[in-house]
Amino acid sequence: MNVRTRALLSTAILLAGATAASADCGIEAGRVSIVGNEFPAIQTVASGAAACATDAVEVKANLTADHQKINVAGMSASPPEYTSAIIANSSIVALMNEDVIRPLDDLVAEYGQDLSPTQLITIDGKVMAVAFMANAQHLIYREDVLEQIGMDVPKSYEDVLAAAEKIRAEGIMEHPLSGAYMAGWNLAQEFVNMYLGQGGEFFAPGSAEVTVNNAAGVAALETMKALSEYMNPDYLTHDSNAAAAEWEAGNVALMNFWGSRTAVLQDAEGSTPEVFENTKVSGPLMVGDSGVPATTLWWDGFTVAKNASDEDAAATFRALVNGISPDILNAETMGQAVWMIDGYEPAPVAAGVFATIQSGAKPYPMLPYQGLLHTALGNNIADYLQGNESAEQSLADVEAAYTAAAKEQGFLN
Amino acid sequence: MKHKTFLWFVLPSGVAMFLFIALPIVSVLIQSVYAPHEQVVIEVENCGPFGCTKATSIDQAATAALREAEPLGRFVGDDIYTNRNHLAFAEIATLWAGAESLGMFWSQLLNLPFYGALAFTLTYTFVVTPGAIILGFLIALSVNAIPRVFRGPTIFFSLLPMIVTPLIGALILFWMIDARGILGTALQAIAGDPTLSVKASTPLTWIMLMVYGIWSSAPFAFVVYYAGLQTVPQDTLESAMIDGASRWERIRYVVLPHLLPLTTFMALIKIMDNFRVFEPIVSFNAAAHAQSLSYFIYSDLGGETRLLSSAAATSVLTILGVAILLSPVLVRTWKSFGKA
Amino acid sequence: MSIAANRRSPLLQTFLGAFLILWLMVAAFPFLWTLWGSFKVEGDFFSKADWSNAIFGTLTEVETGAPFTLDGYYGAWVQEEFWRAALNTLIVVVSVVVISLTFGTLGGYALSRSPYRYAFWLLIIALMFRAMPPITLVSGYLLPFFQWNLWGHLPTTIIVLVAINQPFTLWMLTAFFRNIPKDLDESAMVDGCSQFQAFRHVIIPVMWPGVITTGLFSFLLAYNDFAVTAMLLSKENQTMVPKIASFLGTTQTKGNVMFAVASVVSVTAPLFVLVLFFQRQIVSGLTAGAVKG
Repeated sequence: MNVRTRALLSTAILLAGATAASADCGIEAGRVSIVGNEFPAIQTVASGAAACATDAVEVKANLTADHQKINVAGMSASPPEYTSAIIANSSIVALMNEDVIRPLDDLVAEYGQDLSPTQLITIDGKVMAVAFMANAQHLIYREDVLEQIGMDVPKSYEDVLAAAEKIRAEGIMEHPLSGAYMAGWNLAQEFVNMYLGQGGEFFAPGSAEVTVNNAAGVAALETMKALSEYMNPDYLTHDSNAAAAEWEAGNVALMNFWGSRTAVLQDAEGSTPEVFENTKVSGPLMVGDSGVPATTLWWDGFTVAKNASDEDAAATFRALVNGISPDILNAETMGQAVWMIDGYEPAPVAAGVFATIQSGAKPYPMLPYQGLLHTALGNNIADYLQGNESAEQSLADVEAAYTAAAKEQGFLN
Repeated sequence: MKHKTFLWFVLPSGVAMFLFIALPIVSVLIQSVYAPHEQVVIEVENCGPFGCTKATSIDQAATAALREAEPLGRFVGDDIYTNRNHLAFAEIATLWAGAESLGMFWSQLLNLPFYGALAFTLTYTFVVTPGAIILGFLIALSVNAIPRVFRGPTIFFSLLPMIVTPLIGALILFWMIDARGILGTALQAIAGDPTLSVKASTPLTWIMLMVYGIWSSAPFAFVVYYAGLQTVPQDTLESAMIDGASRWERIRYVVLPHLLPLTTFMALIKIMDNFRVFEPIVSFNAAAHAQSLSYFIYSDLGGETRLLSSAAATSVLTILGVAILLSPVLVRTWKSFGKA
Repeated sequence: MSIAANRRSPLLQTFLGAFLILWLMVAAFPFLWTLWGSFKVEGDFFSKADWSNAIFGTLTEVETGAPFTLDGYYGAWVQEEFWRAALNTLIVVVSVVVISLTFGTLGGYALSRSPYRYAFWLLIIALMFRAMPPITLVSGYLLPFFQWNLWGHLPTTIIVLVAINQPFTLWMLTAFFRNIPKDLDESAMVDGCSQFQAFRHVIIPVMWPGVITTGLFSFLLAYNDFAVTAMLLSKENQTMVPKIASFLGTTQTKGNVMFAVASVVSVTAPLFVLVLFFQRQIVSGLTAGAVKG
C-alpha cells in the first residue's frame, strides 16, 4: 500500500466520520478538548468525537507522544485546557494520584446506555474511565521456521528457548528471538511480565513495601538473560519499532509482542512474502509452574476532567461515547485495535489478545506507586543483563531506588 | 554609564530572564526541599474488562486537608539531596565502612545512580569540549587556506552537523552505526570482526556518544575560530616574519594568543552544554550503557508517576556542578573585568 | 591572512586540503545519505537485510515500481500538511531572532559600557541561568501557563525561547560591543547626545556584523528547538521539529518515518541559501566581535 492509497483510505475515514456527524450527538453546547497518545486507534476515536462538533460545540484533540507530560497540568487548571485524557491502565494512576479526574457514574447513567458494563473501569465502586480497546503482549511466530525444525508452537518460555536453540543449531537464524527490550520503560515491562509469570508479587499486600528481590525475581531475570542470548546483541536498544523492523527483515522467528502492533507485521509493506505470509499469532507464554501467564492485560480508555464544568463534562462524555460507538468501525479501523465495541469482528490477528484475556493473565497493576517501581526497574536491570552485576544486586538496586522514590512521594515513611 | 541609564538598557532582557528563568529557578529550589504529603493509601476493589482485582488507591479526602494546610507539601530539608537517588551520603558511609579495598569501594560507588551518571557526564564533558574546540580550530585553519570561491559551500557543508535537526540526525546516525548499517559494516570490516556491534558494548557506546558530541559541536567552534582568524593583526604577523619567526612560532606567539579570549568563551558555553548532555542518550537509546544527570531529570519527569522534587534536586545539583566546573574560568574573567 | 596563506609550504597546503576533504565527508555524509534515501521506501532506508539496499532501492522497486519515489515528500507536504508547521516555524524563528537581538543589543551594550562590578555579576548570573536544564524549566511552566490560558500559543513560546536564549546572546553581544572603541559613543555624548542617542546614531550603524552572527546562533536555537516547542505548543500551532517528531511517534506507523526524513531534507534547502547569503556577514561579524571574550 503506497501513500496515495493510504491517503484515499483516510479520506474514506473522514467520509465515514461525516456520516456519523449527520447522526447528531444531541449535544447542545460545551467544549471538548482531548489529550492522548498518537497511535491510529486513538486518532480514530478522536475523529469520531470530532464528528459531534457544531457551532455551539467545540471539539479539538491534541494527540502526541508527550501526552503524559502535559495531561496532569492541562487538567489541573480551572477551567481545564483538556476536558478529557485518553489513558491506559498504567497511566490512569497518575491522574488518580493528582485527583484531576471525576467519577462518571452520573454521566454513565444519563448518557451511557449503549456502553457495556465491561467497558466501565471502576475504582472503589466509582466509574473513573470508560475503556474502548484491549491490548496484551503475546507470542508471534514464523510458521515456516517452526515447520522446518519440526516443533509445535511454543506454550512456554522454556519451549521458546528450546526452539531457539534448535533454530540456531540448524543454522536457520543466528538470532531467532527478539522483543522490546530497550532499557527503560520497555525493559521494565518485560520484567513485569516475567515476574508475574513466575508468580511474584510486587508489593507486600496492601502496602507500598516493595518485594521483588526474591526467588521469583531472580528467576525472572535469569529467564530474560537466557532469552537475550538468542537475541541480536543490540537488544537493549530495541524498542517495539526496532523489534518490528527485525521481524519484517526476516531475522526473527519468535517474539513476545504487542497485539496492537501485529497487524502491520502481516501486511505486505516493508517485508517479503516469505515473512508476512508465515507470521502467525498465538496466546501468551507461560514460565515456570505458577500457572499465571507471563504477560499483562491492558486497556485504553477515556476520562473526564474534574475541573470541567458540568456542561463541558457532559459534552465531553457524549462526544467520546460517540467516538467509541459502532459507527466508527469500518474496514480500515477494524484492524487498528482489539475494540471493546459492539459490532467489532475480530480479525485472526486479534486471536492472540483474546487468548491472553481467556488465559487468566493479570491486568497491569493499577497501584498508585507501580509507576515508581516501573521506572526503577527500567533504570537498573540492564546492569544484570549486561553481566555487570548479579541478579540479586540488580534487584537490590531496584528496591533501593524505588524505596527512595516512594519515600519522597510520601508512600513510605 | 549612569546607573539609571544602565537599568533602562538592561530592563527588557532582565525582565525576560527574571520571569522565565529566575522565578522558575526559585520555584525549583523550593520544590527540591519540599516533598508530597504522606499519602493515605486505602485498599480498594478495581473492576474493568478483565474482572476485579484488589488494589490500593490514594484516599484523596484524607489528604485534602493536609494539602489545604500546607500547599507546598511537607518540608524535608536536604533529604532529597542526600537520598540514595542523589548524593547518597548514608550509602557512601556504609560502603566506605564495609569496603575491603579502594577498588571495590570505587566500583560500588559507581553503582549508585548519581555517581555512575557523574562519571559518564564528566568523561563526556572533558573529552568532547576540547575535542570539538580542537577539531573546529583545524577546520577553520583549513578553510582559511582554500581559495575564496570554495569557501561559501564549504562553510555550509561544515555547518551541516549543527543545522540538521538533532532529532533526525541522531536517528539516522543511530541506524548507520547499527551492525548492519553502512558505518557498522565498515567498522566490522576495519576491525576484522563480523560480530562487532557498537550498540552492544558499553565502551564502544561511550566512544560513539563522544564522537557524535564532537561531530555535532565542532561547527560552532569552527565558525567562531574562522572569524577570529580573519582578525589576526596582519602587521604583527608580518613583523614576526621579518624577524625570522618560523610558521609554528607565528602560530604559537601571534595567532593562538589572539584567539585565546574566543577559546575561553567557547569553553564556557561548551562545558555547560556538555555537562547537561542527554539528547544523544535518548536518541541513541543508550540508557543501558550511559546515563547522565540530565537523563535522570528526563526519566523522573517522564515516568508514569512524576518525581518533581527529585527532578528539582537533580536540576539544582546540575547548576552547582556547572558552577564548580566553570569557576576557574569565571575567576579569570573576574580578574580581567574592567581591564578590557 | 592572505599574505601568510600565500607562503604556506606545499606539504602543509596538501595536508590541510586532505584534512578538509576528510572533514567535509564526515560532516556531509550523513546528510547526503539522507538526501539519497529520502527517495526510497522505509524498508530500504532502514534496511535490516542489507545496507546496500539503501543505495540501490531494492524494496522501493518492488513496492512502487521505480527505484525512486516521492511518497515521503507527498506524504509530508500534501497529506500531513507540513507547510503549516513550516509557516509556524517561520513566525517563531523570525520573532525570536528579532526580539532576542533587540533585547540583547540594548543589554549587551549597557553591560559593555558599565564600569561597575554589578555588570559583571549580572553577566555571571545570566551564565548560571543558562546552566538550568531546559526540561526542568519547561515542566515548571506548564501549570501556570495552563492556569492563565497562555499555553499553546505562538507568542508564549516565542517569549520563552527569547528568555532562554538571552544569556548566550548577552554574553556574545557584550563581548562584541567591548571591541567597539568607547571613544566613539563618548565623543558623541560630549557633543550633547544622550546615551540612547549615542547608541542609536553612533553604535547601531557599526554593530551589524556582530549582531548578524549572534542572530545566526539565535536562529539555529529557535529553529532546532524541541524541548520547548514540543511541550508548549498546541497541535494547530506546532512547529516543524515537533511535527517531524510526531511523524516518528512512539509507535511508528509505516511510511511515516519517511515523511520525517523527507521533511528534514526539504527544510535544509532554504538554510543552504541563507548560509550562502550571510556567509560574508557571519565572518566579518565575528571578526569585529566576540574576539575579546
